[in-house]
Amino acid sequence: MTALKINGEVQQVDAPDDMPLLWVLRDVLGMTGSKFGCGIAQCGACTVHLDGQAIRSCVTPLAMAAEGEITTIEKIGDTPVGQRVQAAWLDLEVVQCGYCQSGQIMSAVALLAANPNPSDADIDAGMAGNICRCGTYPRIRAAIKKAATL
Amino acid sequence: MSPRLEAAPPVGRHALSRRAIFKGSALLGGGLVLGALMPRVTKTWAQAAGTPPPIEPPSAFLRIDEDGLVTMIIPSTEMGQGIYTAEAALLAEELDVGLERVSLVAAPPDEKLYANALIGMQMTGGSTSIRAWFLPLRRTGAAARQMLIEAAAGSWGVPPGECITSNGSVSHAASGRMAGYGELAAAAMALPVPSAITLKATDQFRLIGKSLKRLDTPDKVRGKTVYGIDVRLPGMKIGTVASCPVFGGKLKSVDEAAALAVPGVSHVLKLDDAVAVVGDHMWAAIQGMQAAAPVWDGGAFKDMSMEVLVGSMAKAAQSDGLVAHDQNDAPGAYGKAATKLEATYQLPFLSHAPMEPINCTVQVKDGVCDVWVGTQVPTRARMLAAKGAGLAEDKVTIHNYLIGGGFGRRLEAEYVGQTAAFARQVDFPIKLVWSREQDIQHDTYRPYYYDQLRAGLDGQGRIVSWQHKVTGASVYNSYMGGWPADKVDPDAVEGAVETPYAFPAQRVDYVRWDPAPMPISWWRGVGPAHNVFVVESFMDELAHAAKQDPVAFRLPLLEKDPRAKAVLQLLADKSGWSSAAPAGVGRGLSLQLAFGSYVGLVIEASVGEGGLIRVHKATMAIDCGFVVNPDTVRAQMEGGLIFGLTAAMYGQITIEGGRVQQNNFNDYRMMRIDEAPVIDIHVVASEAEPGGIGETGTTAAFPALANAVFAATGKRLRKLPLSPVDLGAA
Amino acid sequence: MSIFTRGAVLALSLLCLAAQAASARADDDLVAKGDYLTKAADCVVCHTAPGGKPFAGGRAFSLPIGTIYSPNITPDKTAGIGDWTDEEFVRALHEGIAKDGSHLYPAFPYTSYTLMPREDVLAIRAYLATLEPVSTRPPENEVSFPFNQRWLMWGWNLVFNSDSRFAPDPAKSAEWNRGAYLVQGPGHCGECHTPRNIAQARKSSMELGGAEIQGWQAYNITSDVKTGIGGWTEEDLAAYLKNGFAEGHGAAAGSMAEVVSYSLRYLTDADLKAIAIYLKSVPPVDSGTPAIPRAAPPSIYAAAAPANDEATGQRVFAQACAGCHAWSGQGLQTPYAALIGDRALSDPTGANIAGVLLCGSHLQSPDGPMFMPSFAKGYSDTELAAVANFAASRFGAGRTELTPEGLAERRKDGCEG
Repeated sequence: MTALKINGEVQQVDAPDDMPLLWVLRDVLGMTGSKFGCGIAQCGACTVHLDGQAIRSCVTPLAMAAEGEITTIEKIGDTPVGQRVQAAWLDLEVVQCGYCQSGQIMSAVALLAANPNPSDADIDAGMAGNICRCGTYPRIRAAIKKAATL
Repeated sequence: MSPRLEAAPPVGRHALSRRAIFKGSALLGGGLVLGALMPRVTKTWAQAAGTPPPIEPPSAFLRIDEDGLVTMIIPSTEMGQGIYTAEAALLAEELDVGLERVSLVAAPPDEKLYANALIGMQMTGGSTSIRAWFLPLRRTGAAARQMLIEAAAGSWGVPPGECITSNGSVSHAASGRMAGYGELAAAAMALPVPSAITLKATDQFRLIGKSLKRLDTPDKVRGKTVYGIDVRLPGMKIGTVASCPVFGGKLKSVDEAAALAVPGVSHVLKLDDAVAVVGDHMWAAIQGMQAAAPVWDGGAFKDMSMEVLVGSMAKAAQSDGLVAHDQNDAPGAYGKAATKLEATYQLPFLSHAPMEPINCTVQVKDGVCDVWVGTQVPTRARMLAAKGAGLAEDKVTIHNYLIGGGFGRRLEAEYVGQTAAFARQVDFPIKLVWSREQDIQHDTYRPYYYDQLRAGLDGQGRIVSWQHKVTGASVYNSYMGGWPADKVDPDAVEGAVETPYAFPAQRVDYVRWDPAPMPISWWRGVGPAHNVFVVESFMDELAHAAKQDPVAFRLPLLEKDPRAKAVLQLLADKSGWSSAAPAGVGRGLSLQLAFGSYVGLVIEASVGEGGLIRVHKATMAIDCGFVVNPDTVRAQMEGGLIFGLTAAMYGQITIEGGRVQQNNFNDYRMMRIDEAPVIDIHVVASEAEPGGIGETGTTAAFPALANAVFAATGKRLRKLPLSPVDLGAA
Repeated sequence: MSIFTRGAVLALSLLCLAAQAASARADDDLVAKGDYLTKAADCVVCHTAPGGKPFAGGRAFSLPIGTIYSPNITPDKTAGIGDWTDEEFVRALHEGIAKDGSHLYPAFPYTSYTLMPREDVLAIRAYLATLEPVSTRPPENEVSFPFNQRWLMWGWNLVFNSDSRFAPDPAKSAEWNRGAYLVQGPGHCGECHTPRNIAQARKSSMELGGAEIQGWQAYNITSDVKTGIGGWTEEDLAAYLKNGFAEGHGAAAGSMAEVVSYSLRYLTDADLKAIAIYLKSVPPVDSGTPAIPRAAPPSIYAAAAPANDEATGQRVFAQACAGCHAWSGQGLQTPYAALIGDRALSDPTGANIAGVLLCGSHLQSPDGPMFMPSFAKGYSDTELAAVANFAASRFGAGRTELTPEGLAERRKDGCEG
């Protein structure tokens, strides 16, 4: 059994140490807000926070994840920055299919937490790891800037 | 026999229990009408329908419970395009309710009730949803409203004509009475469906034409939306699939013992050409599949390469083919032309690669089959599931879910059939999730096209002859089977025959060339995604040959189509076409009439060291007729454009050893936020019939970018994707 | 039969049984020893084709003389080595001569294996005999004249193959001698890490001083502090060998990742320590390219926007690399992805950065599989050269000599063999 600190609660998980956190969240704990997109850390759909840093849960071994505090899309709205980002996302109607947006939002929150007033270049550096097939990029950029002002 | 009715979790402000929604209703019936030929998707609603169809009983689309909560059964599948909100607005507008008290569910498979009138089957695709449903849904909403009024008037003993409705209630001013829809619903639904109804005039719209907030967004930003891949059922196991990497090959052997030795793996299931490893979670399945190390027999396709494929196409392209369009002896006019131009264009195989990888959940037990899946084609999914499960179609229930990106991939349902064929081997529900690699290597691909263009100009640089020969696969044949060899595939020439231009002499030929057993299918933009690139690139070549400005060169050909002309003029104005482009930047233009909409696009791009393309700015002008949700139109233009630019810059699937060479996003590359241009969109206000918008941005992207690259570098690239190698080398 | 006789017979039978059991135990011990040495000698990597059955051979080696394929060493009587005698097997490992008397090409490292004593060689043989026979035959070698004249190897062997067993140095500790044996003999480290002379033999004066092999750099692993592993602690070295990774030194890639995945991670901690002790004592060779890890790089945010190829490099890094390696270079999901301290990033040739970008990396570590996908198809030479230089500047010793043209050349080497 591994103790995982997720969204402020400790969950006991019976899974191998090398099992990626994404499958622990989705298939063991039933938290399906974090998405599977590529499995090789190239798309960002599975992004969650480990001690506030955006990480790709599809390549994060459970043992590694157990060393810190995990926050997922399900509870990011409880944080002040998360709340602002979700509000901006709704206000600007960023979302289309929505599948990548959990990851986009988690990356955006981590970016804004580290850098409250990001420039275009900062947004590029912080968000280029997240793919959106629907092409919501212009609105993501605008929403991050908006969230910075809320 | 009445199939069980269930639906995926509803979307909207008030999520009702899904059983409650359909309890006691008699929605289903009606068989599958697959095989009916799809009409040309460029037809407008009026053309396809002829006279307005009879009004369906509102119960097919609406349920109103005692508290006045309205459940809408949405005929089109939501995959990001915003159709749930738009179609809900069409119903709500005429019903006269606000969207705050509405919940939405996906329509179950039923061709009789939910067939898209433009396509002739229950399908979400071809940018037809608004065009097909604009009137039927409004008529349904209006009929229901009228029945509610009649129910109220009847119980109050007042003339229906004196009653009015307002946001979910009926009132009668003279008697001061008022009742909510919830109170009236039971009586209203017992009344006969009115034979005549009155629709609102456009200036009375409160919802249609407004940038309404999307109903599906709040759940999506909170990670609460349940997509097909998120389905969880009691007793369910999770698996992953590997199919023979060589198309048409078979499974030879698989190390079952090794797979079963992986902790968490419970089953290894086999089909002729695929293996599924199933267990407690995806990680067990992935590791189990690695241990299973399936061995394949590649079969006839195993030595196929791009060189052989394209060589064979080029050879086929020399044959005469079928005449798709022949007007005023274009070959003859070409012979007499002052200036003659010829060019060959090539477009690659493309994968859809939606963010939600292919997945499907099926349980086959006690003679019935349940399927949980996001699909654009519920009836096709049901048919294939029945086949895979070895059951009759009426034993199959489809639970349709929101889709994490379709782009045409989920117009296919072969994976539903495959999952059912695996699932019938066990008695518990299995969710099969494809790896991204399996998703890319076993897609149904946009075909490769090999197009030959030939045009003649007169002494003044005016086009006197236009000839276009398309060589490529028939998607109609692959999708429906049995397309006659002597019949032109309308999709292959869509956008080639009908261009915005009045050519004095035009001929289009089609040579059918199928890459079977490589599977091919629809891809966002369908026929026009191929032909608009070819036509608009060649138009640019001709303008250059005629030493004319590309806008000025096109305008005289648009005299008979004022909407096209207006769009081009608006575009030229808004893009600053007549001003000088910034240093090092090239401006490229495209114009199209596709999916019933006119779209013009100007791309500003530059080409840096090593042939790297940077797209700086896109200006778009669109006339898509009457707009239901302006913000959605913009969102679709933005997204469609980026989808097209992605493919124009990076998209290609290549074959070597009979198998796809690309694996994942590391080698099937996607445009990212730091490459996306600034996008400026101008929508023409119009009362014309609604046109499609979901694919228009995509089709416009290819030629506008290629033309911008030409403007920036003087290099004409006739092969997609636009390659840094080609640009850097010369 | 008297009770005594019966007792004697019984005792005798019991004795026989005990003898049989003892012999079975001895066999088991021999096979276990052989299994261990087979891993230490990393036989499986070369004798397995991509996607093929282990030990069934068929892996292609593109050499200057042509392409040769590793043989099947499963106990199949016709396709494998099932009908080889012990003598023939020992001769192959000691002298590089096959069953039919033909000379083997020294891509097969018999000039290292020759140091293994006969009993170790026979242990390997005993282990191989327990494998499932596989009947597939590798393709015929494609070697051009005069190199297809295998008898010519006779002269080469005379000069370059000592055909002598490892002789412990009595002046050194048992641990040191064990390390020396493993490195020089079964481990055959010098086959990659020692540069070769004009005759393709290892240059003994530069023993373990680093060499280029198939476009990759096998780095200097002598005790030289500046350019070798002299600055590593024994613990770090042993950890690197076991895990393919050590804190502050990055992770193994390319062939070294294979060596860890299939060989070194199976060695005992004692043997790994012995190897580390020995390597730290190898006379220093100055290979001229210092390993200079960089301190933590500055925050990426609010930095001045870079120009041209640096901007391209930064963009590609943001898109494809930062998700694992992190802007800090410390590795995001796992320390295995750390770039800070990685030898490849302070190598001015940039050879191994190019290698991993083009070929990806697959490391089977005790912490699970660590991998990096190939970016060869998704990104152009210009982009890959730019990102390599960006990473080397940000996390290593500065820009490398890599150019887009160099990348294009490197692509031609491919990723197999």
